Amino acid sequence: MKQTITFNLNGEPVEVEIEPHLTLLQLLRDKLEMTGTKEGCGMGECGACTVLLDGKAINSCIFPALEVEGRNVTTIEGIMDSQGNLHPIQKSFIEHGAIQCGFCTPGMILSAKALLDENPNPSEEEIRNGIAGNLCRCTGYLQIIQAIKTVREQT
Amino acid sequence: MGEIAMQEFINVGKRIPKADAAEKATGKAIYIQDLKLPGMLYGKILYSPHPHARILSIDTSKAEKLPGVKAVLTGYNIPPIKFGFYKDNTPLKAHKVRSCRDEVAAVAAIDPEIAEEAIDLIKVEYEILPAVFDPEEAMQEGAPLIHEEHLGGKEKKPTNVLNLPWRLVAGDVEEARKNSAYVAEDRFKVTWVTHCCMGTSGCVAQFDLKNNLTMYANTQIPSLAQRDFTEALTTMGLSGKKVRVIKTTIGGGFGSKLDTYAFEYIAILLAYRTRKPVKIVFTREEEFFATSPRQPAIIDIAQGCTKDGKLTFRDVKMILDNGAYTSWGATTPSVMMMPISSLYKVPNVRYIAKCVYTNNTYCQAMRGYGNPQATFAIDSQIDILAEMAGIDPLDFRLRNANTPGEITPQNFKVQTCGLRECIDAVAQKLDWRQNRGRRDGRGIGMASMIHVGGGARVYKSDGCGTIIKIDDFGTVNVFTGATDMGQGADTVIAQIVAEELGVRIEDVVVIHTDTDVCPWDVGAHASRTTFVAGNSARGAARKVKEQILEVAAKSLGEQPENLEIRDRVVFSKGDPEKKSPLGKILRASHYTTGGRMIMAEYFYDPQNENLDREFKGNLSVTYAYGTHGVEVAVDKETGEVKILRYIAAHDVGKAINPMLLEGQVYGGAVMGIGYALTERLILQNGKVMNPNFLDYKILTAKDVPNIEAIVVETEDPFGPFGAKGIGEPGLVPTAPAIANAIYDAVGVRIKDLPITPEKILKALKEKK
Repeated sequence: MKQTITFNLNGEPVEVEIEPHLTLLQLLRDKLEMTGTKEGCGMGECGACTVLLDGKAINSCIFPALEVEGRNVTTIEGIMDSQGNLHPIQKSFIEHGAIQCGFCTPGMILSAKALLDENPNPSEEEIRNGIAGNLCRCTGYLQIIQAIKTVREQT
Repeated sequence: MGEIAMQEFINVGKRIPKADAAEKATGKAIYIQDLKLPGMLYGKILYSPHPHARILSIDTSKAEKLPGVKAVLTGYNIPPIKFGFYKDNTPLKAHKVRSCRDEVAAVAAIDPEIAEEAIDLIKVEYEILPAVFDPEEAMQEGAPLIHEEHLGGKEKKPTNVLNLPWRLVAGDVEEARKNSAYVAEDRFKVTWVTHCCMGTSGCVAQFDLKNNLTMYANTQIPSLAQRDFTEALTTMGLSGKKVRVIKTTIGGGFGSKLDTYAFEYIAILLAYRTRKPVKIVFTREEEFFATSPRQPAIIDIAQGCTKDGKLTFRDVKMILDNGAYTSWGATTPSVMMMPISSLYKVPNVRYIAKCVYTNNTYCQAMRGYGNPQATFAIDSQIDILAEMAGIDPLDFRLRNANTPGEITPQNFKVQTCGLRECIDAVAQKLDWRQNRGRRDGRGIGMASMIHVGGGARVYKSDGCGTIIKIDDFGTVNVFTGATDMGQGADTVIAQIVAEELGVRIEDVVVIHTDTDVCPWDVGAHASRTTFVAGNSARGAARKVKEQILEVAAKSLGEQPENLEIRDRVVFSKGDPEKKSPLGKILRASHYTTGGRMIMAEYFYDPQNENLDREFKGNLSVTYAYGTHGVEVAVDKETGEVKILRYIAAHDVGKAINPMLLEGQVYGGAVMGIGYALTERLILQNGKVMNPNFLDYKILTAKDVPNIEAIVVETEDPFGPFGAKGIGEPGLVPTAPAIANAIYDAVGVRIKDLPITPEKILKALKEKK
């Protein structure tokens, strides 16, 4: 039995018919073909699927799609400005070598965004806590932490 | 060398962001998970639940009838494809399963859910066989045979011991032992750890109307994978058909993609059967239990020294758990030989290793390729031996440190060698003399490493090809055989070409993803890409530059040797006013009667040697060295280890891109800290018990210490602009450095990895 949901995706209203068991990640990747959000584990353990729901970082792989009804979802595709300029966090990640294989990157950037939106001046410990749910196997995190610190200092 | 040091570089040595970073930061990069072809089917695999069993029957009738299912394959209805370098593995197993990851059946369906449902409908009857999980038991007479047809030894009898006689002898170990003032003998154990690439394994196989195969793959060995798949096509009756390997963006490699796997052959077979593209992507659980981890080993090691701390001998016996099939894990002893023979100066060396079949998961290459296992034993024991001799381990290491020009017992010809500088740097940063030997719960330790830094001739060729062409506007297309899996090959190669050619980094596009257009390469292994692909790219750039200067010489009325290119301008060295924009020269070359394309190819195969029958030879053109130093705090109540400081000093030859290089060092060291302290794939009766990130603990951002990377530049005369490899070294000395620091902190020596709080507590209790 399909159900219709309406929500706001990256600033645009979306109406879509879905099977009720669908996760938000499946909705984004399979139904809407927005593959910027990654699936790293499907069990809510790695953070690769992180998106923002009303500004808060969530693991979309274990989040029921039905529950985004009427709410705001932001994905990696939605954080550049209207002219298509990269978000300062994206720029900082690029400039600090915070990206190697890049599979964790979209989720990592969104966790960083949720953190900085809520707390524009986080301490290093707060940065580490803010991305603790996002696993990265390539970088050892240090350049990611530096990238986030630098955004903090710029704003 | 002097000339290199003197030069001012524009692109080399600069912190240039990774070429594909923006694609990745915006979610636009296409990984295998993101690839969807028209009409694509989804493949799923049924694995054995038993570590060792006879297959009595497989009933696939229900699965076949499920709407949406397009093909069901078992080991009984596929051609006899064999793969792995020992050719003991098949895509789907018939008659018998030998491990819990054995592929028994596979389906292709119109969506992943139907494929999953179909898998559940397949009924397999097994007769359970006695299994063996301990390699020492598996070596005993009467142990269950994993491959009954596998014969070995002089009598050619059935055995679980592989016919891989790893044996390196140099000098006289027995005599040296007798003459040693001190001898340490220990047994170390290392267990399975796994790559944990954030992007799971996967592929899409597609046949065209003529039965040529396009394989979208995550691979570190495009050219060798192409050969493997071509061989499979031949077995399928498709001899002479072509294979094209296209790499999607790779979500991490670390050695895991150095071989071809059952799931890839299964996708090929399903695609051929259904005439549709077939995609197989692993779940995270599959990634944990059905990919091949680092080789576990039981290491018996003895080392001796003179009264004044000169190493006299090193004697190592090793038993490696091969698992049920054979991949590159079984050849890791060829790399373990390197630190065993050549880390520090040790005149007499013996190393004997046996690989043994068991009913466990089979093993593969993982960052360092055996080196971290061997170095853990060697450099932990260096501290033990130093203590016996009453010598500070820092002095002990300095006394035995490798030096330039040395020829090691394995016949490695050491070129540049910055080991002493690395040891000194670490000692200084840790304030060694001040801080060592407190035994108050805080301690410091160090360990060193050697690794191939100038390629490694493990195959007949260690080569890599490059093709460069330049268009009308000065865009430089570099087609390289190299593979980028995140480490930055795409960027480092662009920097080398830009430097050599005198163009800007943004003018260079590196293409590395398609065997139909990219030249041959032996693969992204052995930390060889910067060195080998870099030298190859530089060679091609030199040839292209010559062509440009020939064309420019005519239009500028100068001799080519008097011309130079810098920042997209060709100019006369004697008269800089005599100049022309590069684009204009290039267009002139095209829009001229009798014009020419500006393009060149270059194949670089380093002057290194295959190991001979005694496993000796100059495996690499140059060697990479490094030393890690750690300060830890150990909680005596809980056994918990906290890393307070971490110094990683590496002789890198020359940092082509210091930012990406630091990323390799940080990433390697953090993976190494996991190896030392937290990571362990737990196998119980052959089954992986922790196939998820909750129970298999890789470090998070909260767990990682700040790491100070110290770059020692020795300007290797053979490296591209002086560079050596750095992909693996960051992981190699981590575990022994931490183990040594723990000993310094609380006086307990842990000899098996990972060093968990439980092991420390137990050792502390036993000490009391």
